[in-house]
Amino acid sequence: MNMQVNPQELTLDPAPLLSVAGVSRFYGERIGCADVSFDLWPGEVLGIVGESGSGKSTLLRCLAGIDRPDAGQVLFRGGAEPLDIYSVAEQERRRLMRTAWGIVHQNPRDGLRMDVSAGGNVGERLMDNGARHYRKIREAALDWLQRVEIAAGRIDDRPRQFSGGMQQRLQIARVLVSEPRLVFMDEPTGGLDVSVQARLLDLLRVLVRDLGLAAIIVTHDLAVARLLTDRLMVMKDGHVVEQGLTDQVLDDPHHAYTQLLTSAVLTV
Amino acid sequence: MTLHQSITEDTKPAYNYAYLDEQTKRMIRRALLKAVAVPGYQVPFGSREMPLARGWGTGGIQVTAAIIGPDDTLKVIDQGADDTTNAVSIRRFFERTADARTTEATEEATIIQTRHRIPEAPLKAGQIMVYQVPQPEPLRKLEPHEAETRKMHAWAEYGLMQVKLYENIARFGEVTTTYDYPVMVNGRYVMAPSPIPKFDNPKMQMSPALQLFGAGREKRIYAVPPHTSVRSLDFEDHPFRIQSWNEPCALCAAADSYLDEVVIDDQGARMFVCSDSHHCETRRAEGHRGAMLADASALHLVEDEAKP
Repeated sequence: MNMQVNPQELTLDPAPLLSVAGVSRFYGERIGCADVSFDLWPGEVLGIVGESGSGKSTLLRCLAGIDRPDAGQVLFRGGAEPLDIYSVAEQERRRLMRTAWGIVHQNPRDGLRMDVSAGGNVGERLMDNGARHYRKIREAALDWLQRVEIAAGRIDDRPRQFSGGMQQRLQIARVLVSEPRLVFMDEPTGGLDVSVQARLLDLLRVLVRDLGLAAIIVTHDLAVARLLTDRLMVMKDGHVVEQGLTDQVLDDPHHAYTQLLTSAVLTV
Repeated sequence: MTLHQSITEDTKPAYNYAYLDEQTKRMIRRALLKAVAVPGYQVPFGSREMPLARGWGTGGIQVTAAIIGPDDTLKVIDQGADDTTNAVSIRRFFERTADARTTEATEEATIIQTRHRIPEAPLKAGQIMVYQVPQPEPLRKLEPHEAETRKMHAWAEYGLMQVKLYENIARFGEVTTTYDYPVMVNGRYVMAPSPIPKFDNPKMQMSPALQLFGAGREKRIYAVPPHTSVRSLDFEDHPFRIQSWNEPCALCAAADSYLDEVVIDDQGARMFVCSDSHHCETRRAEGHRGAMLADASALHLVEDEAKP
């Protein structure tokens, strides 16, 4: 499948890549997330912010096809036909998850194979998708390791031997190697130092431009949200309390909770 | 008088023919039929307790018990040899419970139960290979969850198996898996060929014999019907290779058989001999003489059939 989307096509085709309508998930009596609806366009980066327990990760898991929501619909327009990801067979959903989507977990141990070398981790998706040429897989792995600032010499080391930040970078390389159209990230910059964060933000911008990559990023770090995202959704107690352009939401917060969030940020 | 025959008209036999009761054999045969119909697919079956320890071939012995009949001739090999403890015990078990004719000659056998080897002599149509399998799931070491491995088989998601081979090449420069080397059966299912050396993998490809696999502890049966493609997994630029040796068999001078390394003294001296004992004996009887045959027969370690 060709993942390249040129900008001309984007302007011709204004259909959103992902349409979310009324997604709700409950944990018994308690609300995980309730009645969330939004559209995501190709190349757009959407941020979901809110305090711990506000339902950010629950929502992300529903959108990414990991947990089935109790109500609502997630429509993905990756191919010719829009696809309701929870009405298709699990087989198709899994195929989507390893080709057109990528999921970057908060904890690298959830996203990596800890007893497989870095090169194997990055190459797995290529092999999943049918690559059977060792040298080409290795070259692709090397290329991606360098793009996330992991030295080429570490390609045969296992993730256990990496620092937390390196594990997170490796996880991102592992996801992006298959050139997905949509990436879900759960607190991706949690373990990264500031310079690598900056590098990562640059990288994501390049990817968004080159590949038409769209991303949904869950974070509690408003600075990351400001730098990375085009649009922002603020969540509280499972509900979306405010959404809009990132600068607009952060500079002119309307909801009392958003005001509280923005005023709670420390400045140095 | 054997165990399964009644002593008088009134007394019941101590055991049913071939040890297992008929309903159990039917259950195993049904699993076998399904396994043959879906080459490489692991069929669950109700594995029974057998009078030998799990891990010593309970799966193979149950498959053999389910298919053996009075007309069959049985050969049992363990590590290629007909005369090792496990092989001798299982052969005697079927001699006593099923009146089985037994043989060491590959050509004469109709059923060959094996652990670790496929005989060197080519198999023929009508023969059945029965493999003893310790771990039927080729993905198990990579993915511990049974629910997940079943999905991976169901949807042929075999990228992970390739990751294992990648790891080998990345670390050692070549695929170092030398036994239980994963194969693709009929272009559909990845299968564990049981712990045979990869030397024997090419013998499974399009074999005219029926190949049945029984895993007693893991309660799985699978099969490769005759004339089915069995391809060893590899990379395009690292093709599958079998082992080779620098010297021929020290007893029969065979240069094309699988050799075992045997340490022969406490000075580090060693010899390489055929692991297939029947193959080696046959060649010696035909007059092939290896470099160390005279020494070995002087010590009465082998019978020297070729001696004038």
